[in-house]
Amino acid sequence: MSLQLVVDPIACDAHGTCAELLPELIVLDEWGYPIVDARPVPAHLEGHARRAVAACPVLALRLRRLRGA
Amino acid sequence: MSAPPHPTVAPPDATVVPRLIPHRPDASLGAHLARLGPPPRPTRSLVEQVEAAGVRGRGGAGFPTGVKMAAVAARSRTRGPIVVANGTEGEPASAKDQTLLVHVPHLVLDGMVAAAGAVGAREAILCVDRRHRHVVDAVGRAVGERQGRWADTVAVRVAQVPSRYVAGEESALVHWLNGGEAKPTSSPPRPFERGVDGRPTLVDNVETLAHVALVARFGAEWYRAIGTPDEPGTVLLTVGGHAARGGVYEVPSGVPLAALLDNAGAPLAELAGVLVGGYFGTWLDPATAAAVAVDHSSLRAVGGSLGCGVVFALPRGHCGLAETARIARWLAGEGAQQCGPCAHGLPAMAEAMEHLSAGGPGASRAHVRLHQLFVQVEGRGACRHPDGAVRMVRSALEVFAADAAAHAAGRPCPPAPAWLPTPAPGGWR
Ligand SMILES: Cc1cc2nc3c(=O)[nH]c(=O)nc-3n(C[C@H](O)[C@H](O)[C@H](O)COP(=O)(O)O)c2cc1C
Ligand code: SF4
Ligand code: SF4
Repeated sequence: MSLQLVVDPIACDAHGTCAELLPELIVLDEWGYPIVDARPVPAHLEGHARRAVAACPVLALRLRRLRGA
Repeated sequence: MSAPPHPTVAPPDATVVPRLIPHRPDASLGAHLARLGPPPRPTRSLVEQVEAAGVRGRGGAGFPTGVKMAAVAARSRTRGPIVVANGTEGEPASAKDQTLLVHVPHLVLDGMVAAAGAVGAREAILCVDRRHRHVVDAVGRAVGERQGRWADTVAVRVAQVPSRYVAGEESALVHWLNGGEAKPTSSPPRPFERGVDGRPTLVDNVETLAHVALVARFGAEWYRAIGTPDEPGTVLLTVGGHAARGGVYEVPSGVPLAALLDNAGAPLAELAGVLVGGYFGTWLDPATAAAVAVDHSSLRAVGGSLGCGVVFALPRGHCGLAETARIARWLAGEGAQQCGPCAHGLPAMAEAMEHLSAGGPGASRAHVRLHQLFVQVEGRGACRHPDGAVRMVRSALEVFAADAAAHAAGRPCPPAPAWLPTPAPGGWR
């Protein structure tokens, strides 16, 4: 099973917490909104990814199961 | 399947094929029935017929309509679905949906009823822009004329949607119909999963539904007799700008763009560029425009897009960069200001385009800036509004590259009156 990070751009408030916790997969654009790596989350980063999701104060970041995986 | 009772013969040298819109339109129900005969009884099997006919959505994306109908029909066992006909036509340079609704409203209503029957819906809503008064009046009259005739099958009502570019996006329509603002919402769920009133919702453009009405009457084989194998049927195009005979043209999909422009009195030799597909579309240089056909795949092959069928001719001597800057600024103001990359990125793009069109030192930096913005904006909104804006601006940089270089070297174009329309924004409720 592989997972993908997705951000809900309407909910996101540019808190940036996610990028601090997961710089490997999330960078911020010039306005502070996250650009997430859309490729499957590597297994060794899954724990970090879950922590980043949990840390988002507005629940804008989530992990979704990739279909067919 | 029978052929239409009054096959309309176009002059051999003309591109116009009047399937949806007859040469001498008469909006009355009597004239409609006299031309096309009574609508067939709604049937579930229409879904397969529409798939076989290869009807594509006419709201911009060209998605196969039968596939979408099947997705809604598949969910009809859980909750009764609903049909939403999208006639809002927020594209300022487009008039095809309004023309269809004013001149042939009953074909759209037939399509709504047929699609409803096919997906198992008992209710259909026709959405129009509340500022399009001629449309509001025409569809109100048409719905009235049908009262009591096929009333038992599907309940049809008209909804007057706020005048905003993004209000016509499907999730925005659904949100507004559910009592919210006419702004897009996060997906999933998509409308076909959970839409109006939480029900599976089929959102189709009004032209799409008019095509569905023809498939219901005359069948898939008849439908495929014109157009390209991949994109059968006719397509409604709004030809505007420097065109002596501008207006809404119904042509087989796949006609040469040059022939269309010629018919419309917009000779390519007099043009600086052609904007195809509306404000989410792409500029084409005259040489490319001269060689391309009007269908999704031909246009995609040259980096373009058919979008909602706008073909806007910009005459020589008018600055494509200045026009693009104005549209970019307008698109920035029309966004719903909900997503950071759209709310910040679109105004930044408009500003860079303004520098580019003004010329001087700012112009040379603007190029680099725009490319930085494209990657930060594209694909990062809840809806495709920012993607459309990026596509249009990026194409302007390519098509008007020589002008951009001249502007950057301190030789901007002389000021000229605006060509493309940028209407004042409406409200959200
Ligand atoms: C910002 C935005 C504005 C849109 N405006 C319209 C519109 O005015 N009319 C329309 O039919 N579709 C519009 N669409 C497309 C709709 O979301 C939807 O895809 C379409 O109505 C589906 O119908 P179709 O499959 O028949 O094309 C818009 C999309 C976006 C992203
Ligand atoms: S933590 Fe949440 S709100 Fe903050 S930038 Fe990341 S996704 Fe957006
Ligand atoms: S991308 Fe722009 S227009 Fe679309 S929902 Fe987000 S802010 Fe609104």
